[in-house]
Amino acid sequence: MALPSPQPVDPVAGLSIDTRLVRGGTRRSHNRETSEALYLTSGFVYPDAETAEAAFAGPEEGWIYTRFGNPTTAMLEDRLALLEGAPAVRATATGMAAVFAALMASVKAGDRVVASRALFGSCHYVVSRILPRFGVETRLVDPGDLDQWRDALRPGAAAVLFETPSNPMIDLVDIAAVAELGHAAGARVIVDNVFATAIEQRPLAHGADVVVYSATKHIDGQGRCLGGAVLGDARFVVEDLQPFLRHTGPTLSPFNAWVFLKGLETLGLRMERHARSAGRIAGFLAEHPKVLDVRYPRLESHPQHAIARRQMRRGGAMLAVTLAGGKAAAFRFANALRLADISPNLGDAKTLIAHPATTTHANVAPEERARLGISDGTLRLSVGLEDADDLLADMEQALAVC
Amino acid sequence: MNDISSPPTGKTAAAGRTWRPATQLVRGGMARSGFDETSEALYLTSGFVYPDAASAEAAFANKLQRFVYSRFANPTVANFEERLRLIEGAEAVRATASGMAAVFAALMACVKGGDRVVASRALFGSCQYILGELLPRFGVETTFVDGEDLDQWRDALAPGAACVFFETPSNPGLALVDVQAVCDLAHAAGATVVVDNVFASPLLQKPLELGADVVVYSATKHIDGQGRCLGGAILGTKSFVEDKLQPFLRHTGPALSPFNAWVLLKGLETLPLRMDRHVASAERVARHFEGHPKLAAVRYPFLDSHPQAALARRQMKAGGSIVCFDVADGKDGAFRFLDALAMVDISNNLGDAKSLVTHPATTTHQRLTPEDRARQGIGPGLVRLSVGLEDVEDIIEDVSAALAAV
Ligand SMILES: Cc1ncc(COP(=O)(O)O)c(C=O)c1O
Ligand SMILES: Cc1ncc(COP(=O)(O)O)c(C=O)c1O
Repeated sequence: MALPSPQPVDPVAGLSIDTRLVRGGTRRSHNRETSEALYLTSGFVYPDAETAEAAFAGPEEGWIYTRFGNPTTAMLEDRLALLEGAPAVRATATGMAAVFAALMASVKAGDRVVASRALFGSCHYVVSRILPRFGVETRLVDPGDLDQWRDALRPGAAAVLFETPSNPMIDLVDIAAVAELGHAAGARVIVDNVFATAIEQRPLAHGADVVVYSATKHIDGQGRCLGGAVLGDARFVVEDLQPFLRHTGPTLSPFNAWVFLKGLETLGLRMERHARSAGRIAGFLAEHPKVLDVRYPRLESHPQHAIARRQMRRGGAMLAVTLAGGKAAAFRFANALRLADISPNLGDAKTLIAHPATTTHANVAPEERARLGISDGTLRLSVGLEDADDLLADMEQALAVC
Repeated sequence: MNDISSPPTGKTAAAGRTWRPATQLVRGGMARSGFDETSEALYLTSGFVYPDAASAEAAFANKLQRFVYSRFANPTVANFEERLRLIEGAEAVRATASGMAAVFAALMACVKGGDRVVASRALFGSCQYILGELLPRFGVETTFVDGEDLDQWRDALAPGAACVFFETPSNPGLALVDVQAVCDLAHAAGATVVVDNVFASPLLQKPLELGADVVVYSATKHIDGQGRCLGGAILGTKSFVEDKLQPFLRHTGPALSPFNAWVLLKGLETLPLRMDRHVASAERVARHFEGHPKLAAVRYPFLDSHPQAALARRQMKAGGSIVCFDVADGKDGAFRFLDALAMVDISNNLGDAKSLVTHPATTTHQRLTPEDRARQGIGPGLVRLSVGLEDVEDIIEDVSAALAAV
């Protein structure tokens, strides 16, 4: 948020992304610190009662209370906005807090939401269980099928929600096409850009209205802290989103914000390594006889390869691999890996592997899992920052025993 | 290197004995890792690893109790939660990113579209926004009553309600709600009673013992106590917390950072010391300035002049850390007083080691109409003083000098 700074700095106008990630949003105190300060304070003091009155009367004039805004959190927010090319942004306690707030700021009882079926589990719970309890109706569609989007949007809708690439099967949504259908229906188009990151994909440039992140993933990038962000136009953020966040309080700790702020400085480097290693591993697995299928946006065999080329810069860190030997083979493979931890998180420096059918998607009915393309032999791999040759050797030995 | 695979350890009270509150606040919920650390570890991790795929499957099927993801639960946050649960005497607890996240989640877990809430009018501004503006957009209506008036509660609850919400003492008017009497009325109406216990803190008032179903805190205030971190907590029955609250929190994500939880956990260790000092100093300040010629009134729950002094003594152990002054000369007098303070900071937070002062009519309660402010006892001369941990003589000297300047 554009809150006043003790030392306004805008050294990044016109500069490239990598520079923005290191310098964007920095606000220095009178101590002229090099690295960004961590403001572990809930409140702020005023020189006199008149200033306090003006702070509460004005639109976001001055620092008031960390639930509304905090200098460290604001530095993170500004850096994220510069990276995304978004006019406004608010950080949140988690990615789910970002998704929930973006939706709650867009709908009211009686409204309709149209969402992709291939949603992260908690997003699915929010649109199909929580919102209906408060009079909001949700329609789910297959993400790749534009006819379904068109039909579902025909009666009009208040919001559209999808993620691309999706978790865990790396299905893509044609952002520009769905945004156009969404706008024709009067909907606000919200894109969960967690799997791609802003480095690889800019939904706003393809017509989306709002982008949400789980900063827990690549923005932290080292598995330390939870966080989230919502980015969009200033009217949405200031008028619709900010009152919801300010009063319902899913506030990001300034400590977490500081971790993310420093995480952003290496995001470009990390995504480049993630994507290069993931591409090599995807290629290796696709050739292996024990592998039935590999899903990675930049593999020619991906059914939506053309969309990936159009809207993504590279393929990202995530891939889905389905082994020929079903659940038993998948378990043996995961257990035999020495360099991949079994953990359902993702976007970490450490390579992580998960078996969706028995963990993240265990509560999804088998028919619905099949519809999403998740089989018992499917594993989700979050490729880390270890040396790619070490990772390939590890995969090879693990495949040999499964 | 030591592999931390041994189960967490921590001493517990000897058989047949229970620890007293001050002991619980230092030792409750201790769960040491295999490194046998003395002070509680800070688990700055979002995820957790599994030894094999079958353990991950068992954990997701709820057949194995363990940490899965920090949005659901985290060892440091769990330690904070358990310590707070023990001191409140509640069956279950969940921590949140802020006090407002606690209030919002507690309400959302109680109601659905078409339901009704009955709440006291004297609410913290953001609580008022949730009940008065946000929930109506989702089909939930609220009837506001004057919290002190049992007849109004009775009338408003007569048609039934899903939820009752109030804070006592109220911010900033220090009006009280008779917890026991309102709980009786609410339960007869089928409502779940949610009490915001921020002003009293868990040490001075026990809403659950007085009949409330759910207690919410802004841990930002006395639990941190040194103005560092935001946080909140919701305490209630196991069935409320596990069946209604947890799904909402888990999926909508107002999770407390383990870093904040660690600060709040260590804050609990000194809570009794700090509250004793806050209370002694606040009471001293209230008595010292009662009758001061520049003040039309001094409000403090344990002053005999408080209109509900008898109720305060019945349901509170002490009067808390907040004192309010009605400065005789209205807004001008209040501003001159604030601007003349040499030590006490002008800041809208409260429950801090540092004494803080606020003029509610022009800051925290600016959004209200003058009539609504008047109804809540917030006149133009009202000043809220959060009495800190400085030497009380320094506080009294600073306030005296500033009043002389009015
Ligand atoms: C695609 C996607 N969206 C949203 C989330 C939620 O983020 P968080 O866990 O930070 O709440 C996650 C991960 O958990 C995710 O993978
Ligand atoms: C009575 C009361 N309830 C709730 C809150 C909200 O707590 P937080 O600021 O931690 O969200 C506050 C303080 O801000 C408060 O004074």
